[in-house]
Amino acid sequence: MTDLADTTIDALRQVGRALDPGVPDVAPDQAWAVRRSQHRLVSPGNRRHFRVIVVGTGLAGAGAAAALAELGYHVDAFTFHDAPRRAHSVAAQGGINAARARAVDNDSVHRFVVDTVKGGDFRAREADVFRLAAESSRVIDHLNAIGAPFAREYGGSLSTRSFGGVQVSRTYYTRGQTGQQLQVAAAQALLRQVKAGRVTLHTRHEMLDLVVADGRAQGIVTRDLVNGQIRAHTAHAVVLATGGYGSVFHHSTLAVHSNATAVWRAHLRGALFASPSFVQFHPTALPADSPNQAKTTLMSESLRNDGRVWVPTHPGDARRPNEIPEHERDYYLERRYPAYGNLAPRDISSRAARVEIDAGRGVGPQKNSVYLDFSDAIARLGRATIAERYGNLFAMYADVTGEDPYVEPMRIAPAAHFVMGGLWSDFDLMTSVPGLFVGGEAGSSYHGANRLGANSLLSACVDGWFTLPLTVPHHLAGLLGEPVLDSDAPEVAAAVASVRERVEALLAVGGRTRASSFHRELGEVLRRGCGVSRTEAGLRAALTEVSALRERFWADLWVPGDGGRLNQELESAGRVADFLDLAELMCLDALDRTESAGAHFRDEFQTALGEAKRDDDRWCSVSAWEHGSPPVRHHEPLHFSAVPMAERDYR
Amino acid sequence: MKLTVEVWRQESPADAGRWERHEVDDAASHLSLLDLLDLLNDQIAAAGGEPVAYESDCREGACGACGVTVNGVPHGPVPRTPSCRQHLRSFDGATRLRIEPLRSAAFPVVRDLVIDRSALDALVTAGGHVAINSGTASDAEALPIGHDDAETALDFAACIGCGACVAACPNGAAHLFAGAKLAHLAMLPQPALERGRRARAIVDELEQRFGPCSTYGECAEVCPAGISLAAVAAVHREGIRAWWRGRDD
Repeated sequence: MTDLADTTIDALRQVGRALDPGVPDVAPDQAWAVRRSQHRLVSPGNRRHFRVIVVGTGLAGAGAAAALAELGYHVDAFTFHDAPRRAHSVAAQGGINAARARAVDNDSVHRFVVDTVKGGDFRAREADVFRLAAESSRVIDHLNAIGAPFAREYGGSLSTRSFGGVQVSRTYYTRGQTGQQLQVAAAQALLRQVKAGRVTLHTRHEMLDLVVADGRAQGIVTRDLVNGQIRAHTAHAVVLATGGYGSVFHHSTLAVHSNATAVWRAHLRGALFASPSFVQFHPTALPADSPNQAKTTLMSESLRNDGRVWVPTHPGDARRPNEIPEHERDYYLERRYPAYGNLAPRDISSRAARVEIDAGRGVGPQKNSVYLDFSDAIARLGRATIAERYGNLFAMYADVTGEDPYVEPMRIAPAAHFVMGGLWSDFDLMTSVPGLFVGGEAGSSYHGANRLGANSLLSACVDGWFTLPLTVPHHLAGLLGEPVLDSDAPEVAAAVASVRERVEALLAVGGRTRASSFHRELGEVLRRGCGVSRTEAGLRAALTEVSALRERFWADLWVPGDGGRLNQELESAGRVADFLDLAELMCLDALDRTESAGAHFRDEFQTALGEAKRDDDRWCSVSAWEHGSPPVRHHEPLHFSAVPMAERDYR
Repeated sequence: MKLTVEVWRQESPADAGRWERHEVDDAASHLSLLDLLDLLNDQIAAAGGEPVAYESDCREGACGACGVTVNGVPHGPVPRTPSCRQHLRSFDGATRLRIEPLRSAAFPVVRDLVIDRSALDALVTAGGHVAINSGTASDAEALPIGHDDAETALDFAACIGCGACVAACPNGAAHLFAGAKLAHLAMLPQPALERGRRARAIVDELEQRFGPCSTYGECAEVCPAGISLAAVAAVHREGIRAWWRGRDD
């Protein structure tokens, strides 16, 4: 790759083309129904002749694999974990949204769409959001039926709670472990198909390349993490449901092994990458207490239902929180956003916290956090109620910090969390490589520039259980009678050879520094340059630093051992190498987009009140990057007909 | 704080394995057990050695990937807490830690502290699921579930699949894991339609792959999800019920 810091952005802007996502030309709430009616079908007797590869066994991957297998297709499912249940969907805590609108709080499908589109600051595809809303109801029915024990009222009906950015109660949950319960249910459904012989499950396999032949995705190359064997698997279609890449920041709420490799490898083989710089910083993570810590701990946003966020009015106030009198506390979210208060959306809450911390009002030993205080809620509702709602979160907080949140306020801080960016896909979730589909956080279309809490479990489920099972067969229908690509095909051999070369290159650098050390440095570069807020100068500096870091990586990397057995250093090195390339594209994307939108906040573009200032004339579009040297930036124009465009206002 | 760490090293399943001793000089009390392993690995790497292989992922106690034995106790000295949430400050001033894999005949060592727990998934594959295809479920509100039943089902469903219960059991039984799954699904009306056939399938698989239960109760002592011994009773109850009724429900 050329040195992008020296590339003029203006030159990049001359070459891209407008992308068509294939949304039928009807009202957005009708688009999915019309599109479904256009989908071709595969008759039940023919389905077993088709093979589909699904990479990732989280909510999107396990759902897609199980649903396709239930229909009769043969699925090869891959996970780098030892068991499908461990995918990172497991860690989502607070809940899953659904526009079931049973209560009389005036919720509706339309209101769900308004909240999600507005929450995403008008950078999501409206028709996709309608699909998300329309399918949300039966997601709850399905997961309930396959074993997720949703919280229930004493009358036996499903319980709900509220999340940031909404004024209704549409979040379904199972204590603070919703992701875990949904993930376990989905993994069970996947294993049911393993038992039925329709899914072949490949655990401890990492996808390291995509096989593209005859202009379409026809397989993947994997490395068996236990014995190091590198081999290709071929199929009629490939689904990537490999999650997000917030872990590029090193300190993030993501699991330590979450990575970008599968989507990045697909990008290098031709899949466009949408909005790589759109990263959400979660406002209620625990502050890092040492630079060596592998990750930060997430505390569910649901805590903001009952917790009040505040900082001391005076910078540098060193008193214990309970010694600070009420009139010397600034409940800054309630003050700045009275209508939504502590439930302001994540991007706004994170930025507001960052403003307070940067002004010296941060608390805790590192002065890098703000308080989340439950004393009012405990006084109002009693300790038992708070314990039932958040007991496991309070216990986790006590484990990590050694402090008791029933007695003293929690300390929270923004941390890299969810990426709205990912592989660009059309309305059918098909990427720009025919036959390559994407689901869940690996994709990009629902959340715009900021995701609402509890919409990520939903989008993974809608993709996996209800969208891909319709759209993948539409692609397969055109391939009736086609055998799977021969494993001796030149494209297969070339992909396998390139993976081998890369693994050998990582082992051969022979330097002195562990991959984890480069990862930590990369995280610091990104947090400074491409974090909660960005500037042109900061992004240009970050581009230079990333480029220099990559050069050092390939000169000074140390990977012990060999590639023929379990070698976690080698796995980590490959992922960090891809993070370094991705980081560059993230900075370039953020530099290119001369506006603020949602979580992408450029200091140069803000309103008089310090909120994100969009430039709808120039940037009402999704940026989708094509790999190249330099990369080419295409754009998908966005249109909003059901939700009138407006400045987001949570005051 | 200065710590002596003895850690299990094993190249492969076939290798006999050995203890390796290290001194860690700056083990701060706020470190988690896994932070300590990271620190140890930095130290080993700095000296040119191969870091210790171990598993972890979410580090929040949900994924169940982590799990090592510390001074003979699965997950570590803090009861009912996963390895990722064990912090040195709670180790009662211990100055010597022996860290080894979760050990059981059903869990072969892959490398160092990494084990193969696929036998647990074999139990789920055998019958730990619900025969409802995508899109065919009835309305979740159509079958009311009492608040307490849902909460009790969730108490059992909280299992994170780490395998510590098996490692803690002198017999290498997996009754806590299997019983948690059976009890969780038996409590809920839709999954309960297959209660009998599920119990037969899981109990058969359990007997083939794991040891028998003698109700020592060590499993519940270490369970990071707080699964109670009632899960063990559920294995027997569900098994006998299925045999007695001879039906699929």
